[in-house]
Amino acid sequence: MRTRTAILVVLLAGLHLVLLFAGFFAPYDPTTQNRELPYAPPTRVHFKDSVGFHLRPFVYVWTSGLGGDQSDSYQGSYQEDRSHEYPVQFFVSGPSYKFLGIYEMGTHLFGVAEPGKVLLFGTDGYGRDELSRVLVGGQISVAAGITATFIALLAGSILGVIAGYYGRWIDESLMGITELFLSLPWLYFLLGVRAFLPLHLSTIRTFFLLTGVIGLIGWARPARLVRGVVLSARNRNYVLASRGFGGSDFYLLRRHILPETFGVLLTQAALLVPRYIAAEVTLSFFGLGVNEPVPSWGNMLSTLQQYGVLVSYGWLLAPACALVVTSVIYSSLADVFHSRLKSYST
Amino acid sequence: MNYLGRRLVRAVLLLIGVSALCFLFTEMAPGSFFDEMRLNPQISPEMIAALRSHYGLDQPLLVRYGRWMKSALHADLGYSIAYNTPVAPLLWSRAKNTLLLTTTALLLTWMISVPLGVWAANRRGGLLDKAVNLASSFLVSVPELVIAVALLAIAVRWRILRVGGMMSADYEDLSALAKLQDVLLHLALPAFVLVLCETAVIVRHVRASVLEVLGAPYVQAARGFGISRARLLFRHVLPVAANPAVSLLGFSLAGLLSGSLLVEVVCGWPGLGPLILEATLSRDLYLVIGGIMFSALFMVGGNLVADIMLLALDPRIRKGAADAH
Repeated sequence: MRTRTAILVVLLAGLHLVLLFAGFFAPYDPTTQNRELPYAPPTRVHFKDSVGFHLRPFVYVWTSGLGGDQSDSYQGSYQEDRSHEYPVQFFVSGPSYKFLGIYEMGTHLFGVAEPGKVLLFGTDGYGRDELSRVLVGGQISVAAGITATFIALLAGSILGVIAGYYGRWIDESLMGITELFLSLPWLYFLLGVRAFLPLHLSTIRTFFLLTGVIGLIGWARPARLVRGVVLSARNRNYVLASRGFGGSDFYLLRRHILPETFGVLLTQAALLVPRYIAAEVTLSFFGLGVNEPVPSWGNMLSTLQQYGVLVSYGWLLAPACALVVTSVIYSSLADVFHSRLKSYST
Repeated sequence: MNYLGRRLVRAVLLLIGVSALCFLFTEMAPGSFFDEMRLNPQISPEMIAALRSHYGLDQPLLVRYGRWMKSALHADLGYSIAYNTPVAPLLWSRAKNTLLLTTTALLLTWMISVPLGVWAANRRGGLLDKAVNLASSFLVSVPELVIAVALLAIAVRWRILRVGGMMSADYEDLSALAKLQDVLLHLALPAFVLVLCETAVIVRHVRASVLEVLGAPYVQAARGFGISRARLLFRHVLPVAANPAVSLLGFSLAGLLSGSLLVEVVCGWPGLGPLILEATLSRDLYLVIGGIMFSALFMVGGNLVADIMLLALDPRIRKGAADAH
């Protein structure tokens, strides 16, 4: 159990580090288009050529065989141009990006000399590097999930504490409202709330709007859970004793009651982050979230709504795979937290 | 009947609450359907103001809400600006398809997950139990969107099922039987996605509640009397374990409807989903509100069905209902 938790935490930390330093791990700028390379399949990484085995991997460039065979689909029309090898280099300088959103930097983990291109996940319809887009898009999607979770948990725990601690009519009316929020299918609700807000905005504003909306809808469940914990903690003997000694409401909450909610909040966080990432992805998939050209996993997937693209260019499912990996790690962690919480409370 | 009566009052209150919430949100909305027109130099601001007052958008919130309530009582649910018709008939023509999809998925889900959950609980720690556990925990954590897109890719790629819409282009020329077959073939993919997502959730709950009951002393006593395992499970354990599982039905319905919206859009099923999405994109407020109300109505209806089932299944609730009189 402990090793499993450790592995999960390491995986999670790794994932977030890669996304945090997406600009460094991505070989290209996510918005740079290569109009001559639309829907290029993933570049194959070679070790062997006619000479023999090389320790340093190398790639060939894709040449489009279009025009020759007159087919109107790009599929299978790319061939490797074997005349020149481009060895993969590490810590190369390339297009500049903002390191941690502050420093202008140009160093990338790997890359090849121009005009070679290393496109590990292929390219999309505009010839943009899919790997770079998955990384930078993941930054936005995961950050949206975490921010929305933060908002939902903050609102939920404040209201839950108020309801649980002060009880009576406050409790009753707040819990009535949570029932309202919980009884609606969240996606209908999300679309509804989104419908009332402006459609085209700058990326930053869209981001905060989205996370705000998702968090606003999601506060109800954490509020109920926190209320339950507070309700049971409020009447513990040591809390009553502390109150008897003259502890103020604020002191009791801070010293004795809030620490009890920590486990529930942690479990909820691990549970909600992947759900809210999925919510952002869904909204962007519908065209209601982050807009092009800024990548997010959702708007990258939305090109797959065309059946032709979906069938022919399988590598464009990369954001979906990244989403699955993220979700599975988070929810396994939530399982671990949950079973721990249960073993504590019994 | 007191029990059901209370539930009914609760349901109506819930619907009123939802509608009030929707109108509060519209008040926050800075834009409206006519925003796009404002960019058009050929349409004067007076024209837009006239249109707004024609549709009653310039009225204060309470007046609008009152008017909407009146129209809801006439079963209109307001007026769609984009379609220029009352909302309810428009929604109803689509809601039928959503209902077809969701009820099919719901029935299949329960038909699969109840036996599977009972079986997994019966052979606790067995191969099947482990497989069910692993598969369900994986499927629960994978977002529905991904499952829908992946299955769609498979279906389109290998041409297994018919995708896109609800009927083929030559639907009108088919015989009655072929029509049914055509719709079923279109239904299969979206329903399968939903069943997969929902089964993963419900199977775990069924398993957990059966396991809990299996540990009860009366089960041990029954076992001591030499009652066969199958009879024990289905006659003595399942009815007791059914209560939490049926209560879950209401909650699972919320997930099912959300999932259905998504799957409908991805698979092109002409249900409420695509209509609501379109309305959201064109800011057709009353249509969006109507859609939310319909989904809330389905939820409330499903919860009522679950309550009635509980009443039939669980003598404790019947007893409680009698006591309350």
